[in-house]
Amino acid sequence: MIVTLWGTRGSLATPGPETVRYGGNTACVEVRGADGTVLVLDAGTGIRRLGTTLFSGARRIDLLLTHLHMDHVQGLGFFAPLFNPAIEVHMWGPASTTLSLEARLARYLSPPLFPVRLRELPNPPIIHEVPCSDCDIGEFRVISTLVCHPGPTVGYRITDRNGAGATLTYLPDHEPALGLREFPLSLDWTSGGALAAGADLLIHDTQFTDQEYDAHVGWGHSSLKQALTFAALAGVKRLVPFHYDPAHHDDALDQRLAEAVKAEKLPFAVTPATEGATFELA
Amino acid sequence: MFPKEIEVILARHLASCLAMPILIVDPTGDLVFYNEPAEAILGRRFEETGAMTMSEWAATFTAKDEAGAPVPPEARAIAIAVAQRQPVHRNYWIRGADGVLRHIEVTAFPLIGQADRFLGAVAIFWEAAG
Repeated sequence: MIVTLWGTRGSLATPGPETVRYGGNTACVEVRGADGTVLVLDAGTGIRRLGTTLFSGARRIDLLLTHLHMDHVQGLGFFAPLFNPAIEVHMWGPASTTLSLEARLARYLSPPLFPVRLRELPNPPIIHEVPCSDCDIGEFRVISTLVCHPGPTVGYRITDRNGAGATLTYLPDHEPALGLREFPLSLDWTSGGALAAGADLLIHDTQFTDQEYDAHVGWGHSSLKQALTFAALAGVKRLVPFHYDPAHHDDALDQRLAEAVKAEKLPFAVTPATEGATFELA
Repeated sequence: MFPKEIEVILARHLASCLAMPILIVDPTGDLVFYNEPAEAILGRRFEETGAMTMSEWAATFTAKDEAGAPVPPEARAIAIAVAQRQPVHRNYWIRGADGVLRHIEVTAFPLIGQADRFLGAVAIFWEAAG
């Protein structure tokens, strides 16, 4: 399983010289299997560049959306495979309690927000609703469950069904500490706990500093410290801090990440998300 | 332990912040959480007991209706909310593990998640007026 980060930023695309190392595009991650299975996690602005690379060989692409906030869907209308009928695109994401996933997507992919309607795309996607307790997509087993973030939001656990069963957990927007006087509780009482348990690689929300979190409780995001605590509770092997706040520039992220990792005695590796970074899980 | 659904986790978080006694049961009626105000009724601390089976927690207090007739566990509000998946409101006299007789009102309601997933039920207690 090869995991490539095409967008690492949260909330709003933030291009510019001060974000060039960690990246300014919003959430998008490519997961590619040895047999050619291609999963795309979220459709933030990073998906545009990814889309231009997918014409060589891929017959089917599965796009897995965690939720429909703008920073996770804004790139949809610029995803080249949706304009190429030679590629079969499957789109997975959460419905709401009253609207289907297709109806929810159409709210963005329609005027006045976008000139082309979802159903009018040259290659409209095949829609699947999640959460899904156990879905096989090519060589991957995909588990999704609802997690703590405003509105219907899922996290994904993706396991390679071949070989040693390498596992990636993707929780880009996640506030497991919400409402708790002391975080964490036990793993079974923690949002996203089952998805992350023992994962080889955990990509997790680190939007805020501790001080910022105190002023944004309930916004659906975590501080870096909370992400480290969550990763330790889940027993992951590597944490990839992700979904950086637009106001956090490269130098500030360097300092914040270095201080946090130095302050904690961590039983796992930490590799901050940078746009273009690749991880190979075996 | 089975991981809890997010709706149940959030229900626990809310219960932890409220001053009314609250019980949360799973779809089989087993007690998966009770908050600090409910600990006085059950006579135990959640941190000590963890989850309890329905027969265990139902035995921790007795209940009688307004006419003084005993209310068996299966006729209590939260049990009805689980069995019938309907909201229920009742008045009882209960005697908890602390020995105190309390006149209470209880509202129990089923927890229905997205895609009509039945996740259990919640009961909230109030001291009855008058």
